[in-house]
Amino acid sequence: MALLESLAIQILEMLIVLAAAPLLTGFVRKVKARLLRKRGPPLLQPYRDLIKLTKKEVVIAESASWLFRALPYLVFAATWVAAALVPTFGAGLMFSWSADMIAITALLGSARFFLALAGMDVGTSFGGIGSSREMMFATLAEPAMLMIVFTLALIAGSTQLSTVAAFMLSPAVGVRVSLGLAMVGLVIVAIAENARIPVDNPATHLELTMVHEAMVLEYSGRHLAMIELSAQLKLVLYVSMIACIFVPFGLAPPGAGWRDLLIGAAAYFTKLAGAGALLALFETSVAKMRVFRAPDFIGVALMLGLLATLLRFVSREM
Amino acid sequence: MDRLNFDIAHLLAGGLVLTSFMLLYQDRLYALLNTYALQALVLALAVGWQAHIQHAPHLYITAAIAVVFKALVIPFALHRMVAQLGVHREVESVVSLVPTMLAGIALVALSMVVMLRVTEGADPLAREDLAFALSVILLGLLMMVTRSNAVSQVVGFMSLENGLILAAAAARGMPLVVEISVAFSVLIALIVIGIFLFRIRERFDTVDLQALDDFRGERR
Repeated sequence: MALLESLAIQILEMLIVLAAAPLLTGFVRKVKARLLRKRGPPLLQPYRDLIKLTKKEVVIAESASWLFRALPYLVFAATWVAAALVPTFGAGLMFSWSADMIAITALLGSARFFLALAGMDVGTSFGGIGSSREMMFATLAEPAMLMIVFTLALIAGSTQLSTVAAFMLSPAVGVRVSLGLAMVGLVIVAIAENARIPVDNPATHLELTMVHEAMVLEYSGRHLAMIELSAQLKLVLYVSMIACIFVPFGLAPPGAGWRDLLIGAAAYFTKLAGAGALLALFETSVAKMRVFRAPDFIGVALMLGLLATLLRFVSREM
Repeated sequence: MDRLNFDIAHLLAGGLVLTSFMLLYQDRLYALLNTYALQALVLALAVGWQAHIQHAPHLYITAAIAVVFKALVIPFALHRMVAQLGVHREVESVVSLVPTMLAGIALVALSMVVMLRVTEGADPLAREDLAFALSVILLGLLMMVTRSNAVSQVVGFMSLENGLILAAAAARGMPLVVEISVAFSVLIALIVIGIFLFRIRERFDTVDLQALDDFRGERR
Protein backbone atom coordinates (compact mmCIF):
# COMPACT_ATOMS: atom_id res chain seq x y z
CA MET A 1 0.00 0.00 0.00
CA ALA A 2 2.78 2.37 1.00
CA LEU A 3 4.55 1.47 -2.21
CA LEU A 4 1.50 2.31 -4.27
CA GLU A 5 1.07 5.59 -2.48
CA SER A 6 4.66 6.71 -3.04
CA LEU A 7 4.39 5.63 -6.66
CA ALA A 8 1.26 7.73 -6.99
CA ILE A 9 3.03 10.73 -5.47
CA GLN A 10 5.97 10.24 -7.80
CA ILE A 11 3.76 10.10 -10.90
CA LEU A 12 1.74 13.09 -9.70
CA GLU A 13 4.95 15.03 -9.19
CA MET A 14 6.23 14.19 -12.66
CA LEU A 15 2.94 15.30 -14.20
CA ILE A 16 2.85 18.53 -12.20
CA VAL A 17 6.39 19.39 -13.27
CA LEU A 18 5.50 18.72 -16.89
CA ALA A 19 2.32 20.76 -16.68
CA ALA A 20 3.95 23.65 -14.85
CA ALA A 21 6.94 23.96 -17.20
CA PRO A 22 5.30 26.08 -19.95
CA LEU A 23 3.51 28.11 -17.30
CA LEU A 24 6.79 29.15 -15.68
CA THR A 25 8.23 30.20 -19.03
CA GLY A 26 5.07 32.17 -19.77
CA PHE A 27 5.23 33.77 -16.37
CA VAL A 28 8.85 34.86 -16.84
CA ARG A 29 7.98 36.32 -20.26
CA LYS A 30 4.99 38.13 -18.79
CA VAL A 31 6.97 39.66 -15.90
CA LYS A 32 9.72 40.70 -18.28
CA ALA A 33 7.22 42.40 -20.55
CA ARG A 34 5.56 44.16 -17.61
CA LEU A 35 8.95 45.40 -16.38
CA LEU A 36 9.50 46.93 -19.81
CA ARG A 37 6.01 48.47 -19.60
CA LYS A 38 4.65 46.25 -22.34
CA ARG A 39 1.55 44.15 -22.01
CA GLY A 40 3.23 40.89 -23.01
CA PRO A 41 1.69 37.65 -24.28
CA PRO A 42 -0.90 35.92 -22.08
CA LEU A 43 0.34 33.48 -19.46
CA LEU A 44 -0.97 30.48 -21.38
CA GLN A 45 0.75 31.41 -24.64
CA PRO A 46 3.50 28.74 -24.36
CA TYR A 47 0.80 26.02 -24.15
CA ARG A 48 -0.86 27.38 -27.26
CA ASP A 49 2.49 27.50 -29.06
CA LEU A 50 3.17 23.89 -28.17
CA ILE A 51 -0.28 22.74 -29.30
CA LYS A 52 0.04 24.62 -32.55
CA LEU A 53 3.51 23.21 -33.20
CA THR A 54 2.30 19.64 -32.69
CA LYS A 55 -0.45 20.18 -35.27
CA LYS A 56 1.93 21.55 -37.89
CA GLU A 57 3.63 19.58 -40.59
CA VAL A 58 7.20 18.49 -39.97
CA VAL A 59 9.77 19.65 -42.50
CA ILE A 60 12.99 17.68 -42.52
CA ALA A 61 16.09 18.50 -44.50
CA GLU A 62 17.09 16.00 -47.19
CA SER A 63 20.49 15.46 -45.62
CA ALA A 64 19.05 14.60 -42.18
CA SER A 65 19.67 11.11 -40.82
CA TRP A 66 17.43 9.04 -38.55
CA LEU A 67 19.22 10.63 -35.59
CA PHE A 68 17.65 13.95 -36.45
CA ARG A 69 14.15 12.52 -35.99
CA ALA A 70 14.93 10.50 -32.88
CA LEU A 71 16.90 13.08 -30.94
CA PRO A 72 14.09 15.43 -29.83
CA TYR A 73 12.41 12.53 -28.02
CA LEU A 74 15.69 11.45 -26.43
CA VAL A 75 16.39 14.96 -25.22
CA PHE A 76 12.91 15.24 -23.80
CA ALA A 77 13.10 11.84 -22.10
CA ALA A 78 16.47 12.54 -20.47
CA THR A 79 15.29 15.92 -19.20
CA TRP A 80 12.02 14.56 -17.87
CA VAL A 81 13.71 11.71 -16.02
CA ALA A 82 16.17 14.18 -14.51
CA ALA A 83 13.25 16.39 -13.46
CA ALA A 84 11.55 13.41 -11.83
CA LEU A 85 14.57 12.97 -9.56
CA VAL A 86 14.29 16.44 -8.02
CA PRO A 87 11.97 16.72 -5.00
CA THR A 88 9.50 19.51 -5.65
CA PHE A 89 6.86 19.53 -2.91
CA GLY A 90 7.55 16.25 -1.10
CA ALA A 91 10.95 14.83 -0.22
CA GLY A 92 9.78 11.21 -0.11
CA LEU A 93 9.95 10.53 -3.82
CA MET A 94 10.30 6.99 -4.96
CA PHE A 95 12.82 7.62 -7.72
CA SER A 96 14.81 10.04 -5.65
CA TRP A 97 16.42 7.14 -3.76
CA SER A 98 17.58 5.45 -6.90
CA ALA A 99 19.63 8.31 -8.29
CA ASP A 100 21.45 11.35 -6.98
CA MET A 101 22.70 14.75 -8.09
CA ILE A 102 25.54 13.22 -10.08
CA ALA A 103 22.98 11.20 -12.05
CA ILE A 104 20.99 14.38 -12.70
CA THR A 105 24.12 16.10 -13.99
CA ALA A 106 24.86 13.12 -16.21
CA LEU A 107 21.30 13.04 -17.60
CA LEU A 108 21.40 16.74 -18.39
CA GLY A 109 24.85 16.30 -19.91
CA SER A 110 23.59 13.56 -22.22
CA ALA A 111 20.59 15.69 -23.19
CA ARG A 112 23.00 18.43 -24.15
CA PHE A 113 25.15 15.98 -26.11
CA PHE A 114 22.12 14.78 -28.09
CA LEU A 115 21.10 18.34 -28.84
CA ALA A 116 24.60 19.23 -30.05
CA LEU A 117 24.56 16.14 -32.28
CA ALA A 118 21.22 17.25 -33.69
CA GLY A 119 22.67 20.66 -34.42
CA MET A 120 25.44 19.14 -36.49
CA ASP A 121 23.39 16.42 -38.15
CA VAL A 122 21.94 18.44 -41.02
CA GLY A 123 25.27 20.01 -41.83
CA THR A 124 24.26 23.66 -41.97
CA SER A 125 26.71 26.20 -40.64
CA PHE A 126 24.31 27.62 -38.04
CA GLY A 127 23.78 24.26 -36.38
CA GLY A 128 27.51 23.69 -36.27
CA ILE A 129 28.26 27.08 -34.76
CA GLY A 130 25.52 26.62 -32.15
CA SER A 131 26.80 23.17 -31.20
CA SER A 132 30.39 24.31 -30.92
CA ARG A 133 29.44 27.26 -28.71
CA GLU A 134 27.19 25.11 -26.55
CA MET A 135 30.07 22.68 -26.03
CA MET A 136 32.43 25.55 -25.21
CA PHE A 137 30.07 26.66 -22.43
CA ALA A 138 29.56 23.07 -21.31
CA THR A 139 33.28 22.51 -20.73
CA LEU A 140 33.05 25.09 -17.94
CA ALA A 141 29.48 24.64 -16.75
CA GLU A 142 29.65 20.89 -16.18
CA PRO A 143 32.75 20.84 -13.98
CA ALA A 144 31.28 23.79 -12.10
CA MET A 145 28.10 21.83 -11.49
CA LEU A 146 30.08 18.82 -10.31
CA MET A 147 32.20 20.91 -7.94
CA ILE A 148 29.02 22.37 -6.45
CA VAL A 149 27.61 18.87 -6.04
CA PHE A 150 30.82 17.83 -4.28
CA THR A 151 30.61 20.80 -1.93
CA LEU A 152 27.03 19.98 -1.01
CA ALA A 153 27.92 16.32 -0.59
CA LEU A 154 30.82 17.21 1.72
CA ILE A 155 28.58 19.39 3.85
CA ALA A 156 25.45 17.26 3.94
CA GLY A 157 27.19 13.91 3.80
CA SER A 158 25.13 12.67 0.86
CA THR A 159 24.52 13.31 -2.81
CA GLN A 160 20.81 12.44 -2.54
CA LEU A 161 18.76 15.58 -2.95
CA SER A 162 16.21 14.45 -0.33
CA THR A 163 18.93 13.94 2.28
CA VAL A 164 20.54 17.26 1.42
CA ALA A 165 17.18 19.02 1.78
CA ALA A 166 16.57 17.32 5.14
CA PHE A 167 20.04 18.39 6.30
CA MET A 168 19.42 21.98 5.23
CA LEU A 169 16.25 22.04 7.31
CA SER A 170 18.06 20.77 10.42
CA PRO A 171 19.83 23.20 12.78
CA ALA A 172 23.19 21.52 12.03
CA VAL A 173 23.63 23.75 9.00
CA GLY A 174 24.75 26.95 10.74
CA VAL A 175 26.31 29.81 8.83
CA ARG A 176 28.56 28.51 6.11
CA VAL A 177 30.42 30.51 3.52
CA SER A 178 30.74 27.43 1.29
CA LEU A 179 26.97 27.17 0.95
CA GLY A 180 26.70 30.80 -0.13
CA LEU A 181 29.39 30.30 -2.76
CA ALA A 182 27.74 27.09 -3.95
CA MET A 183 24.40 28.85 -4.27
CA VAL A 184 25.79 31.69 -6.38
CA GLY A 185 27.68 29.16 -8.48
CA LEU A 186 24.57 27.04 -9.02
CA VAL A 187 22.54 30.09 -10.03
CA ILE A 188 25.20 31.01 -12.61
CA VAL A 189 25.23 27.46 -13.95
CA ALA A 190 21.43 27.52 -14.14
CA ILE A 191 21.45 30.80 -16.08
CA ALA A 192 24.06 29.48 -18.50
CA GLU A 193 22.41 26.08 -18.97
CA ASN A 194 18.99 27.57 -19.62
CA ALA A 195 20.36 30.00 -22.22
CA ARG A 196 19.12 33.01 -20.29
CA ILE A 197 20.25 36.54 -20.94
CA PRO A 198 23.85 37.30 -20.05
CA VAL A 199 24.94 34.13 -21.84
CA ASP A 200 22.32 33.66 -24.55
CA ASN A 201 19.09 35.38 -25.46
CA PRO A 202 16.09 33.03 -25.63
CA ALA A 203 13.97 35.52 -27.57
CA THR A 204 16.21 36.36 -30.50
CA HIS A 205 17.11 34.88 -33.84
CA LEU A 206 20.03 37.19 -34.42
CA GLU A 207 22.56 34.92 -36.05
CA LEU A 208 25.70 36.41 -34.55
CA THR A 209 24.72 35.84 -30.95
CA MET A 210 22.44 32.85 -30.76
CA VAL A 211 23.60 29.60 -29.24
CA HIS A 212 20.68 27.42 -28.28
CA GLU A 213 18.41 28.70 -31.04
CA ALA A 214 21.11 28.07 -33.63
CA MET A 215 21.26 24.39 -32.75
CA VAL A 216 17.53 23.85 -33.12
CA LEU A 217 17.10 26.07 -36.18
CA GLU A 218 16.35 23.16 -38.52
CA TYR A 219 13.59 21.72 -36.37
CA SER A 220 9.90 22.25 -37.00
CA GLY A 221 6.51 20.89 -36.04
CA ARG A 222 6.24 18.32 -33.28
CA HIS A 223 10.01 17.91 -33.05
CA LEU A 224 10.37 21.59 -32.23
CA ALA A 225 7.55 21.27 -29.70
CA MET A 226 9.46 18.47 -27.95
CA ILE A 227 12.64 20.55 -27.84
CA GLU A 228 10.83 23.65 -26.57
CA LEU A 229 9.07 21.61 -23.92
CA SER A 230 12.32 20.06 -22.73
CA ALA A 231 13.93 23.51 -22.54
CA GLN A 232 11.01 24.68 -20.39
CA LEU A 233 11.27 21.54 -18.30
CA LYS A 234 14.96 22.20 -17.75
CA LEU A 235 14.21 25.66 -16.37
CA VAL A 236 11.72 24.19 -13.91
CA LEU A 237 14.24 21.50 -13.00
CA TYR A 238 16.96 24.00 -12.13
CA VAL A 239 14.56 26.23 -10.19
CA SER A 240 13.26 23.22 -8.25
CA MET A 241 16.78 22.03 -7.55
CA ILE A 242 17.93 25.41 -6.23
CA ALA A 243 14.72 25.73 -4.18
CA CYS A 244 15.05 22.20 -2.81
CA ILE A 245 18.69 22.67 -1.77
CA PHE A 246 18.82 26.24 -0.55
CA VAL A 247 15.23 27.12 0.44
CA PRO A 248 13.70 23.77 1.40
CA PHE A 249 11.07 25.35 3.63
CA GLY A 250 7.66 23.76 3.39
CA LEU A 251 9.03 20.63 1.75
CA ALA A 252 6.92 17.70 2.95
CA PRO A 253 9.05 15.05 4.70
CA PRO A 254 9.00 11.42 3.48
CA GLY A 255 5.81 9.61 4.43
CA ALA A 256 3.91 12.82 5.09
CA GLY A 257 0.13 13.04 4.99
CA TRP A 258 -1.96 14.83 2.40
CA ARG A 259 -2.04 18.03 4.45
CA ASP A 260 1.74 18.34 4.45
CA LEU A 261 1.79 17.60 0.75
CA LEU A 262 -0.70 20.38 0.09
CA ILE A 263 1.39 22.82 2.12
CA GLY A 264 4.44 21.61 0.20
CA ALA A 265 2.69 22.19 -3.11
CA ALA A 266 1.65 25.70 -2.10
CA ALA A 267 5.21 26.47 -0.97
CA TYR A 268 6.57 25.02 -4.21
CA PHE A 269 4.41 27.21 -6.41
CA THR A 270 5.30 30.26 -4.34
CA LYS A 271 8.98 29.44 -4.82
CA LEU A 272 8.52 28.96 -8.58
CA ALA A 273 6.75 32.31 -8.86
CA GLY A 274 9.42 34.03 -6.75
CA ALA A 275 12.25 32.52 -8.79
CA GLY A 276 10.51 33.43 -12.05
CA ALA A 277 10.08 37.03 -10.95
CA LEU A 278 13.72 37.24 -9.83
CA LEU A 279 14.90 35.75 -13.11
CA ALA A 280 12.86 38.27 -15.10
CA LEU A 281 14.19 41.12 -12.98
CA PHE A 282 17.77 39.93 -13.47
CA GLU A 283 17.30 39.51 -17.20
CA THR A 284 15.93 43.00 -17.67
CA SER A 285 18.71 44.57 -15.61
CA VAL A 286 21.76 43.06 -17.34
CA ALA A 287 22.94 43.22 -20.93
CA LYS A 288 23.83 40.20 -22.98
CA MET A 289 27.54 39.40 -23.07
CA ARG A 290 29.67 38.87 -26.11
CA VAL A 291 29.90 35.15 -26.83
CA PHE A 292 33.60 35.06 -26.05
CA ARG A 293 33.07 36.90 -22.79
CA ALA A 294 30.54 34.31 -21.61
CA PRO A 295 33.21 31.71 -20.66
CA ASP A 296 34.56 34.25 -18.16
CA PHE A 297 31.09 34.48 -16.63
CA ILE A 298 30.63 30.71 -16.45
CA GLY A 299 34.22 30.38 -15.26
CA VAL A 300 33.16 32.32 -12.18
CA ALA A 301 30.79 29.45 -11.34
CA LEU A 302 33.64 26.97 -11.66
CA MET A 303 35.87 29.17 -9.52
CA LEU A 304 33.16 29.51 -6.87
CA GLY A 305 32.61 25.76 -6.84
CA LEU A 306 36.32 25.06 -6.37
CA LEU A 307 36.62 27.76 -3.72
CA ALA A 308 33.59 26.44 -1.85
CA THR A 309 35.10 22.97 -1.77
CA LEU A 310 38.42 24.34 -0.54
CA LEU A 311 36.87 26.54 2.13
CA ARG A 312 34.81 23.58 3.33
CA PHE A 313 38.01 21.76 4.29
CA VAL A 314 38.94 24.53 6.70
CA SER A 315 35.91 24.47 8.91
CA ARG A 316 34.84 23.45 12.32
CA GLU A 317 35.22 19.72 11.85
CA MET A 318 38.96 20.00 11.32
CA MET B 1 27.31 29.72 20.90
CA ASP B 2 30.93 28.78 20.37
CA ARG B 3 29.97 27.16 17.09
CA LEU B 4 28.18 30.27 15.87
CA ASN B 5 31.25 32.38 16.78
CA PHE B 6 33.42 30.12 14.69
CA ASP B 7 30.97 30.03 11.82
CA ILE B 8 30.73 33.81 11.57
CA ALA B 9 34.52 34.20 11.79
CA HIS B 10 34.81 31.57 9.05
CA LEU B 11 32.22 33.39 6.95
CA LEU B 12 33.98 36.75 7.23
CA ALA B 13 37.47 35.39 6.60
CA GLY B 14 36.15 33.36 3.66
CA GLY B 15 34.50 36.53 2.39
CA LEU B 16 37.91 38.20 2.45
CA VAL B 17 39.33 35.46 0.21
CA LEU B 18 36.32 35.85 -2.07
CA THR B 19 36.87 39.61 -2.39
CA SER B 20 40.48 38.87 -3.37
CA PHE B 21 39.10 36.81 -6.24
CA MET B 22 36.70 39.62 -7.09
CA LEU B 23 39.72 41.93 -7.34
CA LEU B 24 41.29 39.52 -9.82
CA TYR B 25 38.07 39.43 -11.84
CA GLN B 26 37.63 43.18 -12.37
CA ASP B 27 38.56 44.69 -15.70
CA ARG B 28 37.82 48.36 -15.05
CA LEU B 29 40.01 50.53 -12.84
CA TYR B 30 37.19 52.25 -10.96
CA ALA B 31 35.39 48.96 -10.33
CA LEU B 32 38.72 47.62 -9.06
CA LEU B 33 39.02 50.46 -6.57
CA ASN B 34 35.42 49.97 -5.38
CA THR B 35 36.09 46.26 -4.89
CA TYR B 36 39.18 47.15 -2.89
CA ALA B 37 37.04 49.35 -0.63
CA LEU B 38 34.64 46.42 -0.22
CA GLN B 39 37.52 44.17 0.77
CA ALA B 40 38.65 46.66 3.39
CA LEU B 41 35.10 46.73 4.74
CA VAL B 42 34.99 42.92 4.97
CA LEU B 43 38.38 43.03 6.69
CA ALA B 44 37.06 45.53 9.22
CA LEU B 45 34.08 43.27 9.94
CA ALA B 46 36.34 40.22 10.31
CA VAL B 47 38.71 42.03 12.67
CA GLY B 48 35.81 43.51 14.61
CA TRP B 49 34.34 40.03 15.06
CA GLN B 50 37.73 38.76 16.29
CA ALA B 51 37.77 41.63 18.79
CA HIS B 52 34.33 40.58 19.98
CA ILE B 53 35.10 36.89 20.47
CA GLN B 54 38.64 37.36 21.81
CA HIS B 55 37.54 40.18 24.15
CA ALA B 56 40.41 42.27 22.80
CA PRO B 57 39.26 45.90 22.64
CA HIS B 58 42.36 47.15 20.85
CA LEU B 59 41.32 45.13 17.79
CA TYR B 60 38.31 47.44 17.48
CA ILE B 61 40.82 50.23 16.78
CA THR B 62 42.37 48.07 14.05
CA ALA B 63 38.93 47.62 12.55
CA ALA B 64 38.29 51.35 12.73
CA ILE B 65 41.63 52.06 11.03
CA ALA B 66 40.68 49.61 8.29
CA VAL B 67 37.37 51.37 7.69
CA VAL B 68 38.71 54.91 7.73
CA PHE B 69 41.97 54.48 5.86
CA LYS B 70 41.45 51.50 3.62
CA ALA B 71 37.77 51.69 2.85
CA LEU B 72 37.57 55.46 2.53
CA VAL B 73 40.85 57.41 2.29
CA ILE B 74 42.94 55.14 0.07
CA PRO B 75 40.22 54.28 -2.50
CA PHE B 76 39.24 57.94 -2.65
CA ALA B 77 42.85 59.04 -3.16
CA LEU B 78 43.35 56.41 -5.86
CA HIS B 79 40.12 57.52 -7.56
CA ARG B 80 41.47 61.07 -7.69
CA MET B 81 44.83 59.85 -8.97
CA VAL B 82 43.28 57.81 -11.79
CA ALA B 83 41.14 60.78 -12.75
CA GLN B 84 44.14 63.12 -12.76
CA LEU B 85 46.39 60.69 -14.58
CA GLY B 86 43.85 60.63 -17.37
CA VAL B 87 44.91 57.15 -18.41
CA HIS B 88 42.42 54.87 -20.10
CA ARG B 89 40.60 52.96 -17.46
CA GLU B 90 40.91 49.36 -18.46
CA VAL B 91 43.03 46.95 -16.51
CA GLU B 92 45.55 45.36 -18.84
CA SER B 93 46.49 41.93 -17.67
CA VAL B 94 49.47 39.92 -18.80
CA VAL B 95 47.68 36.59 -18.35
CA SER B 96 44.04 36.13 -19.35
CA LEU B 97 41.28 35.67 -16.84
CA VAL B 98 40.61 31.94 -16.61
CA PRO B 99 44.26 30.86 -16.13
CA THR B 100 44.63 33.60 -13.50
CA MET B 101 41.60 32.30 -11.63
CA LEU B 102 42.87 28.74 -11.78
CA ALA B 103 46.28 29.87 -10.53
CA GLY B 104 44.47 31.69 -7.72
CA ILE B 105 42.59 28.53 -6.74
CA ALA B 106 45.87 26.61 -6.76
CA LEU B 107 47.40 29.23 -4.46
CA VAL B 108 44.47 28.96 -2.04
CA ALA B 109 44.85 25.19 -2.00
CA LEU B 110 48.59 25.56 -1.42
CA SER B 111 48.16 27.93 1.49
CA MET B 112 45.63 25.61 3.10
CA VAL B 113 47.87 22.60 2.77
CA VAL B 114 50.82 24.53 4.19
CA MET B 115 49.04 26.32 7.00
CA LEU B 116 46.93 23.43 8.23
CA ARG B 117 49.99 21.24 8.42
CA VAL B 118 52.19 23.82 10.13
CA THR B 119 49.68 24.90 12.75
CA GLU B 120 48.58 21.43 13.82
CA GLY B 121 47.22 21.42 17.36
CA ALA B 122 46.58 25.15 17.55
CA ASP B 123 43.22 26.74 18.16
CA PRO B 124 40.98 25.94 15.13
CA LEU B 125 39.91 29.56 14.83
CA ALA B 126 43.50 30.77 14.52
CA ARG B 127 44.35 27.96 12.09
CA GLU B 128 41.47 28.81 9.82
CA ASP B 129 42.23 32.53 9.89
CA LEU B 130 45.92 32.00 9.22
CA ALA B 131 45.17 29.75 6.26
CA PHE B 132 42.82 32.36 4.77
CA ALA B 133 45.26 35.18 5.51
CA LEU B 134 48.03 33.37 3.64
CA SER B 135 45.71 32.89 0.67
CA VAL B 136 44.84 36.60 0.63
CA ILE B 137 48.55 37.45 0.69
CA LEU B 138 49.35 35.05 -2.14
CA LEU B 139 46.40 36.32 -4.20
CA GLY B 140 47.66 39.88 -3.71
CA LEU B 141 51.06 38.80 -5.00
CA LEU B 142 49.40 37.02 -7.92
CA MET B 143 47.58 40.20 -8.77
CA MET B 144 50.83 42.18 -8.75
CA VAL B 145 52.43 39.63 -11.05
CA THR B 146 49.60 39.31 -13.57
CA ARG B 147 48.81 43.01 -14.04
CA SER B 148 50.85 45.39 -16.09
CA ASN B 149 49.05 48.54 -15.02
CA ALA B 150 50.75 50.35 -12.13
CA VAL B 151 47.50 51.32 -10.40
CA SER B 152 46.24 47.76 -10.25
CA GLN B 153 49.62 46.63 -8.97
CA VAL B 154 49.22 49.14 -6.14
CA VAL B 155 45.80 47.68 -5.37
CA GLY B 156 47.35 44.20 -5.32
CA PHE B 157 49.94 45.42 -2.84
CA MET B 158 47.29 46.96 -0.60
CA SER B 159 45.16 43.82 -0.62
CA LEU B 160 48.25 41.82 0.35
CA GLU B 161 48.51 44.05 3.40
CA ASN B 162 44.87 43.26 4.26
CA GLY B 163 45.87 39.63 4.50
CA LEU B 164 48.66 40.52 6.92
CA ILE B 165 46.20 42.35 9.17
CA LEU B 166 43.88 39.35 9.21
CA ALA B 167 46.74 37.06 10.20
CA ALA B 168 47.81 39.46 12.94
CA ALA B 169 44.29 39.76 14.31
CA ALA B 170 43.91 36.00 14.46
CA ALA B 171 47.28 35.34 16.09
CA ARG B 172 46.34 37.35 19.20
CA GLY B 173 49.74 38.89 19.59
CA MET B 174 50.08 42.09 17.68
CA PRO B 175 50.43 45.17 19.88
CA LEU B 176 48.54 48.29 18.92
CA VAL B 177 51.72 50.27 18.26
CA VAL B 178 52.75 47.88 15.52
CA GLU B 179 49.28 48.00 14.04
CA ILE B 180 49.20 51.78 13.92
CA SER B 181 52.69 52.03 12.47
CA VAL B 182 51.78 49.48 9.78
CA ALA B 183 48.70 51.50 8.90
CA PHE B 184 50.76 54.65 8.57
CA SER B 185 53.51 53.02 6.60
CA VAL B 186 50.89 51.86 4.14
CA LEU B 187 49.64 55.42 3.86
CA ILE B 188 53.17 56.67 3.26
CA ALA B 189 53.69 53.91 0.72
CA LEU B 190 50.55 55.16 -1.03
CA ILE B 191 51.96 58.68 -1.18
CA VAL B 192 55.33 57.50 -2.48
CA ILE B 193 53.65 55.25 -5.04
CA GLY B 194 51.43 58.12 -6.06
CA ILE B 195 54.44 60.30 -6.77
CA PHE B 196 56.01 57.49 -8.74
CA LEU B 197 52.83 57.03 -10.73
CA PHE B 198 52.88 60.65 -11.78
CA ARG B 199 56.58 60.45 -12.64
CA ILE B 200 56.04 57.35 -14.78
CA ARG B 201 53.08 59.01 -16.46
CA GLU B 202 55.10 62.17 -17.16
CA ARG B 203 57.95 60.21 -18.63
CA PHE B 204 56.18 57.55 -20.69
CA ASP B 205 52.63 58.89 -21.18
CA THR B 206 51.25 55.68 -19.71
CA VAL B 207 51.15 53.78 -16.43
CA ASP B 208 51.60 50.49 -18.19
CA LEU B 209 54.76 49.06 -16.71
CA GLN B 210 55.60 47.23 -19.90
CA ALA B 211 56.74 50.61 -21.18
CA LEU B 212 59.49 50.47 -18.55
CA ASP B 213 60.60 47.06 -19.75
CA ASP B 214 60.73 48.36 -23.29
CA PHE B 215 62.72 51.37 -22.13
CA ARG B 216 65.33 49.18 -20.49
CA GLY B 217 65.57 47.19 -23.68
CA GLU B 218 63.99 44.05 -22.20
CA ARG B 219 61.80 43.21 -25.12
CA ARG B 220 59.77 40.06 -25.05
